[in-house]
Amino acid sequence: MSTATAPVDSATGAATPPVGKGTNRPPGKSDLSMALVFIAPALFGFLVFYLYPTIRGIYFSLTRYNILGRPRFIGIDNYTRLFGDALFWNAMKVTLEYVALNILFQTILAVGIGVLMQRLTKNTAVRAVILLPFLISNVIAALVWFLMLDFQVGIVNEILANIGLDRITFFGGDATAIPTIAAVNVWRHMGYTALLIFAGLQTIPDYVYEAAAVDGSTEWRSFWRITLPLLRPILALVLVITVTGSFQIFDTVNVTTRGGPGNASRVIQYYIVQKGFTEGQFGYASAISFVLFVILAIVALVQLRLLRAGESDLA
Amino acid sequence: MATTIAPTSIAPEQTASGTRGRKPLNAGRVAAWAAMIIIILITLFPFYWMLRTSFSTSKALFLEPGKLGPVDFTLGAYKRVLGLATTAEAQAEGGSGASVDFFLYLRNSTIFAVVATAGQVFFSALAAYAFARLRWPGRDIVFFAFLTALMVPPIFTALPNFILIKNLGLLGTFPGLIAPYFFMTPFAVFFLRQFFLGINREVEEAAKLDGAGLWMVFFRIILPMSWAPITTLAILTLINMWNEYLWPLLVGTNDSTRVLNVALGVFRSQTPQTGPDWAGLMAAVLIAALPLLIVFMFFAKRIVNSIGFSGSK
Repeated sequence: MSTATAPVDSATGAATPPVGKGTNRPPGKSDLSMALVFIAPALFGFLVFYLYPTIRGIYFSLTRYNILGRPRFIGIDNYTRLFGDALFWNAMKVTLEYVALNILFQTILAVGIGVLMQRLTKNTAVRAVILLPFLISNVIAALVWFLMLDFQVGIVNEILANIGLDRITFFGGDATAIPTIAAVNVWRHMGYTALLIFAGLQTIPDYVYEAAAVDGSTEWRSFWRITLPLLRPILALVLVITVTGSFQIFDTVNVTTRGGPGNASRVIQYYIVQKGFTEGQFGYASAISFVLFVILAIVALVQLRLLRAGESDLA
Repeated sequence: MATTIAPTSIAPEQTASGTRGRKPLNAGRVAAWAAMIIIILITLFPFYWMLRTSFSTSKALFLEPGKLGPVDFTLGAYKRVLGLATTAEAQAEGGSGASVDFFLYLRNSTIFAVVATAGQVFFSALAAYAFARLRWPGRDIVFFAFLTALMVPPIFTALPNFILIKNLGLLGTFPGLIAPYFFMTPFAVFFLRQFFLGINREVEEAAKLDGAGLWMVFFRIILPMSWAPITTLAILTLINMWNEYLWPLLVGTNDSTRVLNVALGVFRSQTPQTGPDWAGLMAAVLIAALPLLIVFMFFAKRIVNSIGFSGSK
């Protein structure tokens, strides 16, 4: 802890704002002193709001801490408690279910949209329209779909009823809550992901397709034999961005189901916020979020491997 | 609308198998365009539904939920949200009589998003310059440390940061709300460093020979040359800040610092006895999204073209 706080103070001292206008400086000055001035504000932000809280968070996870008192060191008790916590395992299960559904549909749709854009039109307007849902917040997306999927007044249920099907309690059903939340977030993010894929597709040179076409390859075959393999590096990257992102689903749950019905949509981040900020069990909440941290780090490492594996394909 | 909602998941497959070879181009292209149009409709329909619902009367909505146009057309929802309707009027249309201080939340969102973005982009640019263009011992180690911070999930730092802000007595204040975003994000530093690396060194050297100091070089050469990526980053950051939810939810706890996003959640839970005030909620949601939609209209091309970069490196 002390090692973390010391540089913070010195950084604060050095953080005298480099805001003033660019005045002349004799060119003889060494890069180091100037570099320190340039980097001071960012370094201050990094140390105070990233490094220090990371170390402090790990420490909190080893304590019993409700915000009122002081943290009391209890070793790995929080972590052993996790093992027996059915709600934690449920949160884990629900989150994995969400991640799997979200990633599966989002990736397939995004690849589809990316390929369609690549093959049909490179018009910016089309891409702008596709990106629109990304501009509104998760909260707004959630609220609109909350209305559209409402049991009584939702347009989707109206349609279901009109074509003779049963109405569905989308957000309110045990089995439907997570798929529904996943669908809403697929809607919000698929355009953004599609644009990432589209950017990856742009790097595949046309002559590869032309050569394949000359050899009599169909579009369908070209897609499987050329597009997908060459897309692998960007696909790996996109997957990691979306997987790590979707592990941290919170907003949508908080404005729609609030974890329910029962615990059906109590995802891991919702559980952390609930334990920490609602129930004041900061130590325990920190332990859960450290587990989340470790999971995401593993995902990132897998990403590195995939990326390296993919590099050879591109050249 | 039934047609637009049901066949989404099937559409891409149809296209793919329909586009066989180069010869039957027409059938394939028609199928592909059909799929594309369906996707665009699904993308846009919820926006239309916000609009349609916001011009309806909440009470009437329950009677004709499937009507494609506004039900019992009225501007009442907007009046309610903007605080122009009396309690009686609001309740007559199915709103909760509770007043929503919309302009206050709009102001809060603007202060939070703009100040956080300005600070973050400026300070990240300074740091990115030091990482890209200056030689100093330990540079690569510090940069690596910055990068590792990308892996730390926001919720993990949110818990201790909350304690810190609380202990500093900054809960419910703008400094507390803005501070964690103000000085840097690893992404912003990384994003700008990549651009600065690509700038021609000779221009810089020439300026130095002419006696320009590093400040001069930074403000007169690097910044102007990087104006495009800097505005792009600023807009992407603004979008993120405007849409931020968890931290403002935790820290912006009183009216004077509550942002729109959080207020919308609160608004939704104020349900009058007759059922949710959908029209009011959709009007609020639309106005909340409007500033970003306007920014987007001006910069759509740049944002759209930059997305590839933000993901690929």
